[in-house]
Amino acid sequence: MTTLHFMILMLVAIGGTGVVLTRNPATQAIVASLYGLLLAILFVALQAPDVALSALVVSVIVMPLLTLLALAKVRDYQLEQRSQKQ
Amino acid sequence: MKVGTRRLLFIPAALGLGALLLWGVAGLRGFGHYDGAYGLLLNHTAVAERHATNVVMAVTFDYRGFDTLGEEFMLFAAIFGVALLLREERTEIEQTPDDELPGRAVSHTSDAIRAVGVMFVGITALFGMYLTIHGHLTPGGGFQGGVVVASALLLIYLASDYKSFRRIVSKTWIQPLEAIGMAGFVMVGLLGPLQDAAFLENVLPLGRSGNLFSAGIIPLANIAVGMAVTFGLVLLVNDFMEQTLLIRAPRQLGHR
Repeated sequence: MTTLHFMILMLVAIGGTGVVLTRNPATQAIVASLYGLLLAILFVALQAPDVALSALVVSVIVMPLLTLLALAKVRDYQLEQRSQKQ
Repeated sequence: MKVGTRRLLFIPAALGLGALLLWGVAGLRGFGHYDGAYGLLLNHTAVAERHATNVVMAVTFDYRGFDTLGEEFMLFAAIFGVALLLREERTEIEQTPDDELPGRAVSHTSDAIRAVGVMFVGITALFGMYLTIHGHLTPGGGFQGGVVVASALLLIYLASDYKSFRRIVSKTWIQPLEAIGMAGFVMVGLLGPLQDAAFLENVLPLGRSGNLFSAGIIPLANIAVGMAVTFGLVLLVNDFMEQTLLIRAPRQLGHR
């Protein structure tokens, strides 16, 4: 295992820990997007460019977008419920 | 079981799992010293047999094309399920949000974001189409190119507001195109039985490896899969956006 692989694997490990330790869901979606970018770099270093291309778009763009939209909908629903009770 | 007891039980379980994991990883070969049979066999035969220089594409669309058909229908089922769950129900009506009522100015996206979006939409769409069409030559292919073109369409939403995104990316032309992509893959597979061969067998002329028009049905299958993935993904995100950005108010009695 070369130095480059070791460094990228360390970055992926730190990124994964960072995603788990972020408690706020909206912030966690953005940190997960950054983690997806680190994973794509790892896949390119391990000579799997097809996987890197799919992982890049799906994990960096689509997953955080769907998560943030779902969170916004839940927050709007809670606000509406609270205003209806009053 | 209380939380403290669970935490105490976690430690020996984690140690056992960690020991097994370390033993397994230590028994792996080093990176680059592959000792399986199929990889080396494919490297020797795939380019000569199928005239496709991207061996991964030759495996997923030719040797194992049937598995890719199953994956496409898995994607279709997921999009269909989301569209079913997030449909407009009988007890809800769709309203535009308060800040888009007529007579009220829509909040303006910043000019820098609009400029960058306009610059990048065309380039990203072109790059995605390049990845799709050249899938049998260089890394990429139907799925990869398809998701890149989908992100170009989503960039339209980022660069402008939701109303213009809805006008450009309306369901009337996205849904038929996605269906054409899904059905197109099956049609490409049916070229085989038309010429007394198996379903999804490579029956078109193979050409010279390295040319754009080579490798038989693989470019056609790539284009079909790319179309299906692009428009399917845009439909998926559009369902979520409709659910969030258009207010669904409960229908009052006597109201329409």
